[in-house]
Amino acid sequence: MTTASSAGHSRRDFLFVATGAAAAVGAAATVWPLVSQMNPDATTIAAGAPIEVDISPIAEGQDIKVFWRGKPIYIMNRTKKQIEEAQKVNVSDLRDPQPDSARVKEGHDNWLVVIGICTHLGCIPIAHEGNYDGFFCPCHGSQYDSSGRIRQGPAPLNLPVPPYAFISDSKIKIG
Amino acid sequence: MSGPSDFQLQNPALKWIERRLPIFGLVHSSFVAYPTPRNLNYWWTFGGILSFMLAVQIVTGIILAMHYTPEATMAFNSVEGIVRDVNYGWLLRYVHSNGASMFFIAVYIHMLRGLYYGSYKEPREVLWILGVIIYLLMMATGFMGYVLPWGQMSFWGATVITNLFSAIPYVGDSIVTLLWGGYSVGNPTLNRFFSLHYLLPFVIAGVVVLHVWALHVAGQNNPAGVEPKTEKDTVPFTPYATVKDAFGLSCFVLFFCWFIFYIPNYLGDPDNYIQANPGVTPAHIVPEWYYLPFYAILRSIPNKLAGVVAMFSAILILAFLPWLDSAKTRSSRYRPLAKQFFWIFVAVCLGLGYLGAQPPEGIYVIAGRILTVCYFAYFLIVLPILSRIEKPRPVPNSIADDVLAKGRYVASAIAVFAVAGLLMLGSGSQAQAQEHNTPNPPSLKWSFAGPFGKFDQGQLQRGYKVYKEVCSACHSMNLLHYRNLADPGGPGFSIAQAAALASEIKVQDGPNDAGDMFERPGRVADKFPAPFPNENAARAANGGAAPPDLSLMAKARGYERGFPWFIFDAFTQFQEKGPNYIHAILTGFEEKPPAGVTLPEGSHYNKYFPGHAIKMPPPLSKDQVTYDDGSPQTVDQYATDVAAFLMWAAEPKLEERKRTGLQVMVFMIIFAGLLYFTKRKVWANAH
Ligand code: FES
Repeated sequence: MTTASSAGHSRRDFLFVATGAAAAVGAAATVWPLVSQMNPDATTIAAGAPIEVDISPIAEGQDIKVFWRGKPIYIMNRTKKQIEEAQKVNVSDLRDPQPDSARVKEGHDNWLVVIGICTHLGCIPIAHEGNYDGFFCPCHGSQYDSSGRIRQGPAPLNLPVPPYAFISDSKIKIG
Repeated sequence: MSGPSDFQLQNPALKWIERRLPIFGLVHSSFVAYPTPRNLNYWWTFGGILSFMLAVQIVTGIILAMHYTPEATMAFNSVEGIVRDVNYGWLLRYVHSNGASMFFIAVYIHMLRGLYYGSYKEPREVLWILGVIIYLLMMATGFMGYVLPWGQMSFWGATVITNLFSAIPYVGDSIVTLLWGGYSVGNPTLNRFFSLHYLLPFVIAGVVVLHVWALHVAGQNNPAGVEPKTEKDTVPFTPYATVKDAFGLSCFVLFFCWFIFYIPNYLGDPDNYIQANPGVTPAHIVPEWYYLPFYAILRSIPNKLAGVVAMFSAILILAFLPWLDSAKTRSSRYRPLAKQFFWIFVAVCLGLGYLGAQPPEGIYVIAGRILTVCYFAYFLIVLPILSRIEKPRPVPNSIADDVLAKGRYVASAIAVFAVAGLLMLGSGSQAQAQEHNTPNPPSLKWSFAGPFGKFDQGQLQRGYKVYKEVCSACHSMNLLHYRNLADPGGPGFSIAQAAALASEIKVQDGPNDAGDMFERPGRVADKFPAPFPNENAARAANGGAAPPDLSLMAKARGYERGFPWFIFDAFTQFQEKGPNYIHAILTGFEEKPPAGVTLPEGSHYNKYFPGHAIKMPPPLSKDQVTYDDGSPQTVDQYATDVAAFLMWAAEPKLEERKRTGLQVMVFMIIFAGLLYFTKRKVWANAH
């Protein structure tokens, strides 16, 4: 075996490796748009813009359900009793420890705004049911308290609080 | 020749599977060890290219179906939604729509190669007939796919083609009603075409399996047309044929990319950017370019039934080719007469293709008839007679001999140009019939022309202003949303500016909790407001002619550039007919029609409008719109700006497309180069 022929070998190997690598890069770059197209399109994203909700018609002890990005959002005007219950709980005993103050906006203690999707497998819990004056999920029996925190049943987490802000005392902006 | 016998698996798991399902051995014997003649030229790579194109069409088609709505009132807008809003939707759509053309280019080359080298002869008759079946299925699939975007050409193409069946005596009309699922082409037709368009590619894939199976039984033909005799005549499929096919394919993909990224609408018809309208037939109906030769045959015969029969026979006659041409010598290389007639036949097909795109009048009809006769004469007279009287030259003893005696073939080069010509002749730019010698609009210089073209943001903003203050009084732009004004590659408004523009309008929304509709200020997600609540109101307010929607205007209008310009246009990427036309219309008004021209009541004379009588009064006047950036406030400037704006509105992803195109082209050129050298290295020890 001469040096020349082994140099020829390595040159050939380099060429094959370079071609193979280019093919791999090309294939990966081709797959990208084929997968990316599955993401929400521009219309869907634009339709997910923030919404404003007038909360003045909701009397104490009542709630309404609005939709944002296709998700049901509970807006609940809590009673004194509900607020007290929510604040009284020993946070460290909770499955997903969170004080009530972290789940409502300061100065608006009576307003609970949560995404009404059970954190177990996505059913919609029913408000004002269950043992904790909060929500009860009919699918597999998860129970949430008046702060939307998980208290009983298979769900692992509290009902999430969507991004929102008070524009005025009677109007909130979700999103 | 190596067969499956010397194929040994080492891995015990694979061995376990192989004993129960010998799939690895099958793949090995069909695609690795499979002996291929060593003298195949690049025309033989088109089989692989076709398989690739089938896969491309199926993959992009399945994806497009995820976003498409097969419903008559929504189909058109859903296709536009794909192009505008889906991530890379523009790319997927252009790949699929141009992919159909590429598929047909490749299949025509593949068929002509078979014709030239006698690949249909004993023992490959079944292989050839399966190919003809695939071709027929492709035509059906392509036709139904063209209907799905539900533009004007889709609709009227569907009407004309389905009406072919009404030529059948007695039962024709019932068959047509059956095809339509109604009394005219409509929503049921669209639905079933969608279903079948989804199904047929898989049927094609099935027949392709049979085609390849038959190929592997009979073995490949080759340019010499002599069967391989010894091991010296063949090389194993992998790596030799694989790497050669890969190189051929990469060159084809380069060609394909030129269309996708730089001239995506070149092969399409501007009329298909107008939503289907059952009340108006476009002035000049043309099918897609790949049907044009057969369309020309149909029109050449002045009898409905006979025309339809002739058209279908022109395709079916291919299936009888193995028996019409009974010459013993396969390859036309060794048949001096057959070779000449082959090229005449190619020219006849190109000629028919050209005529199929011309209006059916005068000289075109006569030429069409002559070429139709030539087409059939080739199969029914020339080939049978040649196979009896022609004295072929001696064929080489073996393929190995052929390789040694290898020469250069001018024929190949000619064929390349012929195919390029076929492509150009088929161009959709034939569509606009010249009427009353309307002059062509002057070609302006546009910032967005060419491979590096970009929109001029200032111009788009001015154009938007002209649209908003002038055009929008009568014309809607239903596909545009305020959010688009802030999209990258657009007029460059900020989100806040777009929101401010949107908030100027009132949008009806609702119902609210009380069940009432209410008005709210516009948001960026809202569409541009339409000036009239519906088409009838628009028509009533405008003397009977509804002002067309402007969203796609810059792609829905074109004009014929004539030979040879339309060929150069493919190379120079000339894509600016629409904006040229819009600018010309807006500046082409004349106060007084030339002497001898009388205009209908309520019409205005316009130099560039087909027929010259336009209902729209001259919309622009000097200093009508105030520009803040010091641009001249002239009619010409307004017209240019608004034409540019409409181009962006019609093709909002233009910049992204050209930018991506550059990256892809650079990559593909490097990749094709690497494959070329790899192929040389691999083949170095085969010669
Ligand atoms: S989904 Fe709510 S408990 Fe299972």
